[in-house]
Amino acid sequence: MTTRAPRPKRPRRRPPLATVPASWNPSLVVFACNWCSYAGADTAGVSRIQQQPFFRMIRVMCSGRIQPGFVLRAFERGADGVLVSGCHFGDCHYVSGNERAVALFEKTMRVVGMLGLEQGRLRLEWISAAEGARFAQVINEFTDQVRALGPSPFARRAPEPGAPAVPAPAAVASAGG
Amino acid sequence: MAELAEVAKSTRAWACYDCGKCTATCPIARAGANYSPRRHVLATNLGQRETVLENGSLFTCLTCGLCDRRCPAQVGYTALVQRLRQISFREGVQPECPHGGALQSLMRMMAAGGTRQDRLEWLSDDLETQPEHGEVFYWTGCTMYYDAFFTDFSVRTLGATRAAVRLMNRLGVTPVVSADERCCGHDLLWNGDRNNFELLAKHNVRLVADSGASLLVVSCAECLRTWKVDYGPFFEGRPPRIVHITEWLGERLGGLTFRRNGARRVTFQDPCRLGRHLGMYDPPRDLLAALPAVELVEMPRAKAAAMCCAGGTWSNCDRFAKQIQVERLREARATGAQVLLTACPKCQIHFRCAMKDPNLASEIEIEMQDVTELVAGEIGE
Repeated sequence: MTTRAPRPKRPRRRPPLATVPASWNPSLVVFACNWCSYAGADTAGVSRIQQQPFFRMIRVMCSGRIQPGFVLRAFERGADGVLVSGCHFGDCHYVSGNERAVALFEKTMRVVGMLGLEQGRLRLEWISAAEGARFAQVINEFTDQVRALGPSPFARRAPEPGAPAVPAPAAVASAGG
Repeated sequence: MAELAEVAKSTRAWACYDCGKCTATCPIARAGANYSPRRHVLATNLGQRETVLENGSLFTCLTCGLCDRRCPAQVGYTALVQRLRQISFREGVQPECPHGGALQSLMRMMAAGGTRQDRLEWLSDDLETQPEHGEVFYWTGCTMYYDAFFTDFSVRTLGATRAAVRLMNRLGVTPVVSADERCCGHDLLWNGDRNNFELLAKHNVRLVADSGASLLVVSCAECLRTWKVDYGPFFEGRPPRIVHITEWLGERLGGLTFRRNGARRVTFQDPCRLGRHLGMYDPPRDLLAALPAVELVEMPRAKAAAMCCAGGTWSNCDRFAKQIQVERLREARATGAQVLLTACPKCQIHFRCAMKDPNLASEIEIEMQDVTELVAGEIGE
């Protein structure tokens, strides 16, 4: 067997935590069902309950719709954490959609763990339309939890100052000829 | 278009004389889909980019390679599709991925890297492996992900992975099984995502090179095709010898003893990657012939004529694919075999999915196993 020169260590994609600026805030994706959790977020809003504003909500008709592909896509595109939320058991607008959500969530959790992402980046919560305060509490807790974990290894880092701008992808319309 | 002209040249599309055998052969076209391989070949020859990219129809192809076999002019349609899909993907015409694109996301995240995978949970204490360095590298493929993901129809593809390590141990080999193995990129390549495929290819080639292994044993038919064919340009220096597990076991039959009682009839589904893509029809059959208690009954369409499981690249799942699967399962049942064997985790996943059909289950259900798993179960004193 031939000996090989030790290969240079590849740079870690994820910056060490020490270099994460103190002002860093996570980007979270929140999947919320139309009937409970989304309305719960609305309640939190109209009640003027303070919450950390680092999440983007995606409304779906039922938490049972949130298949692993959605969550994995969010992580792939750089989300630091993903929250899946739906109606409490027994309250599902579609009777048992949230039971399906649990099955899908468990599957997602296993795959996410296998991939090596911290399981704390993914969370499942039941929030009813009346629970505005609880919505804000869950968001605050989850934001802090993900902030403690630091940026996701798949998060796209901001370009270095002075780096050339990323060229926009070629438009499909110009495909001809 | 110069690019299409180059594709036509390198895949022999220019040799097409418009006989239409490819379209007549195509399992998807025969199942009734509005799909024509000939159209793509002709459009490529004429440089008609729009026709080639139209409706993403390129992603309907199963890439099973049946038309390649039947083509009297040796046009490499499968290779053509691989090239055209890359162009298509680049132009933003991408496949509609089944399973919500979850598997593609997984593959792209593995390509991006940066995490430490927890993929070796299945390694039980009785299996001996080495984490980094060794003479023999065992390539597990993504079976642990499949088993975690396809829980709805009790997919057990890890069985074959465990069985392979067990058999290797029995033959006195302690293979390298690496936690840093990543998806081979097969599906991304066939989906047209060349960039991410290259990231994976470079990582994997380096991983195996760093292990110092001179032999790479692969279980999955798709990984094998990728390693043997598509990784070609990525090797630096001498590539390891790459063999399929059935090939490797076949060379070492002297070291194994098999039980003689409890005869079983089995039939074998040739995975398209192992069969038509690599021409390896005999290694699994030779291995089965060496098992005294196993009798292989061939399906009418076997070896080069074998029907595909209709789900090769996670880019095509529709009622036509289902029809192909059901038809194939009926064929398997008609042989009177108790077990349908295969050598690719995807065949198992797709056929098991088809068997879930509540209206047809009683007609098409059949036990499925990987060849390696069967062989491990046949070991006797």
